[in-house]
Amino acid sequence: MAEDRENAEAIISEVHKKISDAFDVFDHERNKTVDVREIGTIIRSLGCFPTEGELQEFITEIEEEEATGYIRFERFLPTMTKLLMERKFRPIPEDLLLQAFEVLDQEKKGHLGTEELTKYMTQDGEPFTQEEMEEMLSAAADPDKNVIFYKDFVSMLTVDDK
Amino acid sequence: MGCGVTKQNQKQIKKASFSVPAMRAALLIQRWYRQYVARLEMRRRCTWNIFQSMEYAGEQNQIKLYKFFSYLMDHFTPASSERNLIAHIFRENEVCRDAEWERYFNYKNIEVPEFYSGPHLNFPLTATNATELVEAFRTKQQLHSRYVLQLLVETWKLLRILPNINHVSTCHSKEITICGDLHGHLEDLLLVFYKNGLPSMETPYVFNGDFVDRGKNSMEILLILFAFLLVYPNDVHLNRGNHEDHIVNLRYGFTKEVLGKYRVHGKKILKLLQKIYSWLPLASVIDQKVLILHGGISDTTDLDIIAKVDRHRYVSTLRPPKQRKSSAKNKQSDQDSWDEDNMTRRRVRSMTYSSPGVSRPEVQRHSLQTLSSQVEEELRERRRRAGFSLSHGDLHNSLSSDSDSDPGENLETDAEDWKQVVDMLWSDPMPIDGCVPNEVRGGGCYWGPDITREVLEKHNLQLLIRSHECKQEGYEFCHNRKVLTIFSASNYYEVGSNRGAYIRLGPDLVPHLIQYQASRSTRDLTLRQSVGRTERSALRALREQLFAHKSDLISAFQEFDPEQTGLISLNHWATAMESVLQLGLPWRMLRSQLVNHTQDGKLNYQSWFKELAIMEPNTQLAHTNLLETLYKHHSNLETIFRIIDTDNSGLISFEEFRQTWRLLSSHLQIDISDEAISDLAQSIDFNKDGSIDINEFMEAFRLVDRTQQERSNSTLSGVHPHLLQSEHPTKTLLVSASPHFV
Repeated sequence: MAEDRENAEAIISEVHKKISDAFDVFDHERNKTVDVREIGTIIRSLGCFPTEGELQEFITEIEEEEATGYIRFERFLPTMTKLLMERKFRPIPEDLLLQAFEVLDQEKKGHLGTEELTKYMTQDGEPFTQEEMEEMLSAAADPDKNVIFYKDFVSMLTVDDK
Repeated sequence: MGCGVTKQNQKQIKKASFSVPAMRAALLIQRWYRQYVARLEMRRRCTWNIFQSMEYAGEQNQIKLYKFFSYLMDHFTPASSERNLIAHIFRENEVCRDAEWERYFNYKNIEVPEFYSGPHLNFPLTATNATELVEAFRTKQQLHSRYVLQLLVETWKLLRILPNINHVSTCHSKEITICGDLHGHLEDLLLVFYKNGLPSMETPYVFNGDFVDRGKNSMEILLILFAFLLVYPNDVHLNRGNHEDHIVNLRYGFTKEVLGKYRVHGKKILKLLQKIYSWLPLASVIDQKVLILHGGISDTTDLDIIAKVDRHRYVSTLRPPKQRKSSAKNKQSDQDSWDEDNMTRRRVRSMTYSSPGVSRPEVQRHSLQTLSSQVEEELRERRRRAGFSLSHGDLHNSLSSDSDSDPGENLETDAEDWKQVVDMLWSDPMPIDGCVPNEVRGGGCYWGPDITREVLEKHNLQLLIRSHECKQEGYEFCHNRKVLTIFSASNYYEVGSNRGAYIRLGPDLVPHLIQYQASRSTRDLTLRQSVGRTERSALRALREQLFAHKSDLISAFQEFDPEQTGLISLNHWATAMESVLQLGLPWRMLRSQLVNHTQDGKLNYQSWFKELAIMEPNTQLAHTNLLETLYKHHSNLETIFRIIDTDNSGLISFEEFRQTWRLLSSHLQIDISDEAISDLAQSIDFNKDGSIDINEFMEAFRLVDRTQQERSNSTLSGVHPHLLQSEHPTKTLLVSASPHFV
């Protein structure tokens, strides 16, 4: 029993350290605060896949009563720990991703045109900004044919993530 | 959880009339992609941290070494061999008479050969000359040493009549352009000129220090800046940076660059540059409202004091100027008389590098004292042969600077003045109030927003512009936008690491920022490719650090493995890494890049090191067990070599090599047997002529990345070949082999 508790404590302590490290990368002023706009990056780099809406909810929960534009570590840590321990926002399996692309590829061509994809990404779901769209296209699109072979794209980006 | 679809979105979706499955698919893809981008951003930040912390650790290291030398100078008796070896770098203001200096720097005897196809300069310089110089450098030509010396002498003459603080005004609706660190990045300077125009009466400039070191065109940048300074002395303003310092140049590459490009006259050029550095103004003020200086301020900064200091006494800002009290003079004269006595007792030695067979047995028979005096004599003889005469009478005068000084000046003022200068060139801002010493760099301080407010108020200023720190966007505001950092060397750490920027300031004194990034290939890289590239470079540098600290790391790991299973948890791994390397890096974030295999969440550290040690140094050094020590301290070693190598020949004798080791081992407080050193010296005498070539020695430390081919297939690089241009492994050190004019 005691051993179990020890193990649980050890696990939590590790999780805390992981969160702390990620937080510190963006703590430019070295005072255990980060700009609220970086919270999304921090959460995602810890392995979570929230939607923008979910992210906003998370932020509202940990923000100060009077929003200062900064998030303090003391408020971030417990909420983030819970997130990781409960394994919320698990990674998206590759086949599910592929299916998503196939849904958009109504004609089942095996690829999507850049205009087609742009339309979906910037007008549907939680729309991309122009910058996000441009970046995705530059990484995904075959420069010669102006199409995105989404199968390659998915496997390429998944390889990057360990 | 809901997906946060707002009313707005709903309307949009209705308009586009997408099906629900499509919407869900889009949402999934967006979620996934945003997570991917966030992870890239995290990697980018970590990479940045790696470079920055290693850079500052290097600076700190340098300053520690220099402080050690200062300690030697202050506390060791003249008879100490170690002290004598380095004493000459502290004799900064020898031979003071200007006429003598001008004779020494005489360029008139240097002939420009007919086949020289580089630019020709006529003095007084014209704008056309300056423009042609820029064009010549753009097409990779080199200026002949005669013109270099001439240009430098003219610059020296001009700088001496400038005040410590440049006062600049934006009258006549002129906009002033302010550039930050350039660090030898010629392509950035050219890009700024292209975008903004060459310096002229209509386009005045302030260059805020750190023109040299690291980049490979420091010389060309200096020549361009000085040329425009001479042509437009009222419209071009230079501030001194912490790298405008010959001691710093020894370590960070400028000394090497000059000696490589100017084999015969390099040392003269370097000596002249020392004087020029000391005469560079310390700050500029625009319309009495905007203060521009290289590093920053401290709680004691006072522009009125700064305006009055003898700035040229600070040849290197790393050390306070020599004491001018009479007691100090006596100390010096004691040393002189001691030297004089020894002169008669010394044997006349051949000054060519004697073969090992002759010198080494001799050396062993003598006591340490005569050994040190022999070395001292050799150093002196070298200087003499280098054309730099030094009479005993002049040695007495060596305490005064090249202008008249008041012998009664007390020591305290000196120390205060020195602190003002160091703070201006080395300090960094911090977000919290207060003022604390800058431990990370080793010089200057960290100052807070309250200090900014105080100092600005005291002098009725509204903005402080400084440089000194690399910023990802090329600039950064802090302290409530009262402090603006401007950094003009893009791709500073690596191609794609950061942008450069410059400021345009008009009569309204509102800074306008223009950013850029040199190198076309950078603009074509996607975020992913540029992050990947910078990251590989940073990780390579980091792996070298790991290699250099191998035994310490293994010991630290073993402490967490008392049962000697060979395994430790990843948590312990991270803790051990930080305690040994002390780089303040987020090890848990970097873990996935550094550790490939784990067994049940634990790391087998010995095999991890084997995996890591895909790097090994070149050839002969591999078998010595001094290897790790050598590698860990090779920057310090190189610095010491270059200091010892007073005639800048690039060669040092075995004896000097041993003395270097003695010096280094005192500094580091490690024990190295004489025998081991001798063996080492023999093994690195690559030419077998009894002397060691510094460049060859450093080349031996270039780590060879054995498995570069393997890397390209691993997940670390993670790109498909058709999506990335080919990468060439970067060399960490280069042996200079460029063609040069005499």
